[in-house]
Amino acid sequence: MNLNTRRLAAVASVVVVGLSASACGGAKAGDSASASAESCVDTSGDTVKIGFLNSLSGAMSISEKTVSDSLGLAAEQINAEGGVLGKQLEIVQEDGASEPTIFAEKAEKLIQSDCVAAIFGGWTSSSRVAMRPVVKSLNSLLFYPVQYEGLEADRNIFYTGATTNQQIIPALDFLKNEKKIDSIFLAGSDYVFPRTANKIIKQYAAAHDIEVLGEEYQTLDKGEWGTAVDKIVETQPDVVFNTINGDSNVAFLEEYDAKGLSAKTIPIVSVSIAEEEAAAIDVDLTGQMTSWNYYQTVESPDNAAFVKAFKAKYGDERVTSDPMEAAYTSLWLWKGMVEKADSFDVDDVIEAADGVTFDSPEGTVVVNGDNHHIAKTTLIGEVQPNKLIKTIWSSDGPIEPDPFLEGYDWWDPNGA
Amino acid sequence: MDVIVSQLFTGASTGAVLLLVALGLALTFGQMGVINMAHGEFLMAGAYTAYLTQQAVSNSDVSLLIALPLGFLVAGMLGLLLEMTVISRMYHRPLDTLLVTFGVGLILQQVARDVFGAQPKAVASPTWLHGQLDLLGYGYPVTRLFIVTIAVGCLAGTAAVLKYTALGRRIRATVQNRDLAETVGVSTRGTDRVTFFLGSGLAGVAGVALTLVTATVSNLGTSYIVPAFLVVVAGGIGQIKGSVIAAFALGIVGAFLTYYTSGSLATVLTFVLVVAFLQIRPQGLFTVRTRSLA
Repeated sequence: MNLNTRRLAAVASVVVVGLSASACGGAKAGDSASASAESCVDTSGDTVKIGFLNSLSGAMSISEKTVSDSLGLAAEQINAEGGVLGKQLEIVQEDGASEPTIFAEKAEKLIQSDCVAAIFGGWTSSSRVAMRPVVKSLNSLLFYPVQYEGLEADRNIFYTGATTNQQIIPALDFLKNEKKIDSIFLAGSDYVFPRTANKIIKQYAAAHDIEVLGEEYQTLDKGEWGTAVDKIVETQPDVVFNTINGDSNVAFLEEYDAKGLSAKTIPIVSVSIAEEEAAAIDVDLTGQMTSWNYYQTVESPDNAAFVKAFKAKYGDERVTSDPMEAAYTSLWLWKGMVEKADSFDVDDVIEAADGVTFDSPEGTVVVNGDNHHIAKTTLIGEVQPNKLIKTIWSSDGPIEPDPFLEGYDWWDPNGA
Repeated sequence: MDVIVSQLFTGASTGAVLLLVALGLALTFGQMGVINMAHGEFLMAGAYTAYLTQQAVSNSDVSLLIALPLGFLVAGMLGLLLEMTVISRMYHRPLDTLLVTFGVGLILQQVARDVFGAQPKAVASPTWLHGQLDLLGYGYPVTRLFIVTIAVGCLAGTAAVLKYTALGRRIRATVQNRDLAETVGVSTRGTDRVTFFLGSGLAGVAGVALTLVTATVSNLGTSYIVPAFLVVVAGGIGQIKGSVIAAFALGIVGAFLTYYTSGSLATVLTFVLVVAFLQIRPQGLFTVRTRSLA
């Protein structure tokens, strides 16, 4: 064996191992945030600065760009109506680059150098967890617009997406009571949200006589679902509960379709596929179900106005989705809180938050001052042939947020 | 029995995708020793070529067939450009090449994101690829069969070029002994360029095929570059047949491991197996007798 060959092989092995390590590198952030909690937000002029922090590059940009767009629309509308407390919003947009550590750094920059009054953004749980110590130690505000795994309530964060008792548990209630299912198969991406969601689902299933026939995970960047779909074919569950995130969904559903499965044979309930994702999947998804708090097809004057304004600003081919709506709502809720407090000061805003409402595109939402989530109505939807999603079932009015699932006696946070 | 058959088929189709993705790399990395981290972005270029072809030729039944050679040309030309502007200055410096091509890959991803947007593009698969074929009681998806066919076609083409053509002889001569090849009048620089064109072009073909099984996005390549290197390293540098066996072995072993453990654990175990294998055989499955590779 030649020395050069060996060296080349060694270099290549290092590359391969190094790359895979970096692909799953976690975030250790926030430690760098200095202790100066003195706010530098400048409210003396005609404007006030707010920060948008979304991944405009990297793997998550697919989703987060749309959130940045809808935040932009909200800011434009608020400014057109005279701003917040008479001050025009001045937006500082930062790119989180799909990397939790960058989210932490950029959050610190937004708060300390740009002196923004609040930050809007984040998508993955790891990005939120990375920003959390920063906004906490600098006593600022973060508005997080995406449904997530719950089990969190931070004084400096407002969560305008669903927690599990507003998305996953109602979906299970629907499957149990309306679809009369006896068995379920769990497929998810391998990270905190699907793992936590499936833990909840398994405990729910155990308490409600539903048999869990399988539980399959794949890493986010890996799109190989062949074996998992084989297992679904083999076990023939009544329904598949899908917590797969991102592009991996395309690979999963292509495989599902290629192996002859569809909504008619074994339906899927997805909690991460919205209008944007459905449109990009070249598979007949008609009849597959989703669980969200908002769809573009929601029939209300507020939503009609939102969809119309969004299309007017960004193009007729664009669609609106749940996280976009939650982000849009978050900026309006912040305006409501600031105006109720009559102050931009973070402590005053948090104080005033409880009970602030907004007639959002999904319906009227109310801020819960204790856990900083908002009451939301759950909508089970069915994908239409045109890839839009139609509501087929909704919860009885808005569900109060319960991020720690304290109201569910079957839930044991220390259980399996 | 059912499990064995179904996992053999599932593993083989994963293996076919791996092979298709790694085949180009087996030429540029395996034969030439260039660590091209932008190889994944050539896959992406192929996938977007398939998308653009479909936009131009609205008939999805034929657009895929047109896209295959087009993807080859587009990715090949990109590769040629990269070779002439950057890589040619970096032969014998594998680590520099690695870093520079990684950077080029990032640039290409961002360009694609700016041009095509961050949303994945849907490429409709032709109607003649819908459905399944019943093999040994197992419904085998026709799309996967098509990918196996393309992989085998590309493999046969590459092998034929290497074995029977004057170009192939020049490539092999350059790989085995660059100095000696030069003394008998082979333009090794020219050979390098053509090899790189072919290798990159194969990535383009793979990219077109990938639109059938995965999302067409700017970061498409990042999920495949690591497995592709794994295949070439495990298969043995400089040997195409090693890559073939490694791709199918990794696919099938991965499928069985996924079946009996879980997806994430299977990924870990596959890596462990490859590392353990490389401890026993650091040169990979097969090795080419040569005086100098670099």
